Amino acid sequence: MTPATATPVAASVTSPATHLLFEDVVREGATWSHVLKRGTALRITDTLGGANVGALFYNWENTAERYNMPDSLKAQHIARLTRGCVLYSDMGRILCSITGDTVGWHDPLSGCANAAQARAKYGELTYQDARNACVKNAYDAFVIELAKYGMSARDLPAPVNFFSRVVVNEAGAMTFITEHSKAGDFVELRAEMNVLVILNTCQHPLDPNPRYEPRPVSVSVRRVPPPAADDACRVSRPENGRGFILTERYFL
Amino acid sequence: MTADAIYEATVLAGEPWMREIRKGQTLRILDLEGNQAADTLFYNAHDYEDRYSAQDTIREQASIYLTTGTRLQSLKGNTLLTIVADTCGRHDTLGGACATESNMVRYALEKRHMHACRQSFVKAITEWGRGLDKRDISHNINFFMNVPVTAEGRLTFEDGVSAPGKYVEMRAEMDVLALISNCPQLNNPCNAYNPTPIRVSIWD
Repeated sequence: MTPATATPVAASVTSPATHLLFEDVVREGATWSHVLKRGTALRITDTLGGANVGALFYNWENTAERYNMPDSLKAQHIARLTRGCVLYSDMGRILCSITGDTVGWHDPLSGCANAAQARAKYGELTYQDARNACVKNAYDAFVIELAKYGMSARDLPAPVNFFSRVVVNEAGAMTFITEHSKAGDFVELRAEMNVLVILNTCQHPLDPNPRYEPRPVSVSVRRVPPPAADDACRVSRPENGRGFILTERYFL
Repeated sequence: MTADAIYEATVLAGEPWMREIRKGQTLRILDLEGNQAADTLFYNAHDYEDRYSAQDTIREQASIYLTTGTRLQSLKGNTLLTIVADTCGRHDTLGGACATESNMVRYALEKRHMHACRQSFVKAITEWGRGLDKRDISHNINFFMNVPVTAEGRLTFEDGVSAPGKYVEMRAEMDVLALISNCPQLNNPCNAYNPTPIRVSIWD
């Protein structure tokens, strides 16, 4: 496991064509959004360990096209996300590729908690009492952020929960795995289109921790080379090869 | 007509079906010939934004399969319907609906011309009107489909667990709008490459 002081290395960082554009911090229980440009990559780093990052993805030029969980799962025969996987839109195109990952498993299945669920689990902690440490929930956070881009709850598809692992047994039972992501773990998403990314750092809805203890993450955006013919995400499955063709045609 | 049913319709493969179901009414979907997939969405009839949520449904019961006792959850935390009978035993809500675009990714770029569930969904909601558009087509239920997940995180498409005459019944816990696409998929063994009719019945 990666110790807190280690500097993780991803293949893309060593490339001379890669350089840092900006860095930012998403505080615990907070929301962040950015239009990630094609040809750049977003790295999300779990600074303390135990983070969860709910994430939504939209085609910036036409937000009716958005990340689609079932299309992503069935095209790649997966129920977890890791390096080599891609995030499909409902239009058969690739919004982002996962080009780096030190965690090994990110959860696409479990969604986000709403205010009533957060209150039932963590109790009432208002802004009046706790200022910015008040209990927040990812559902409200996503709806607020969507509204800033002219969207609403109807535009809320199934989000990804990065840094979290939920396993499914033969009977279909879902179990949240605790202590999954460690301090310094990161995931890197290369934008294959211009993608509106919305992130929220509230706890995973199946996290059994009864206390409201969300964790912060750091984010960085780098310029990266376009995916080569032998790109790991492109060649990981024949489906993804076709997904890249459809995505590249969109820009012709 | 099935005994006491107030409504009954046979939905051919490749056709959509859309109808309001009142609180307290029971909806049955019957797999007439076996191994068919009935791609299904539900909306709160009084607030279409408050629609069926696959993630909320599986998370709140901590199981990915839908069967008797499953409460079909909405995006805003309401129970839309409860499954009250199920002779099939397992239904999928992770596989979503086939689309011309996803067929190109999954099978071949030349598949674009083939009919798909999301074509039926879009046609039905466009004709229904009342503000519904493509953004309201979220992740659906696949009644009668078997899509297991392994402990290693793989998603697999298995032979159907359904058979001729198997059915699922659900009671509406609020007024809901139901939308079904009887799946036309010809590329996937989920329906033995032979899409067949389903029967939809409603009881008071």
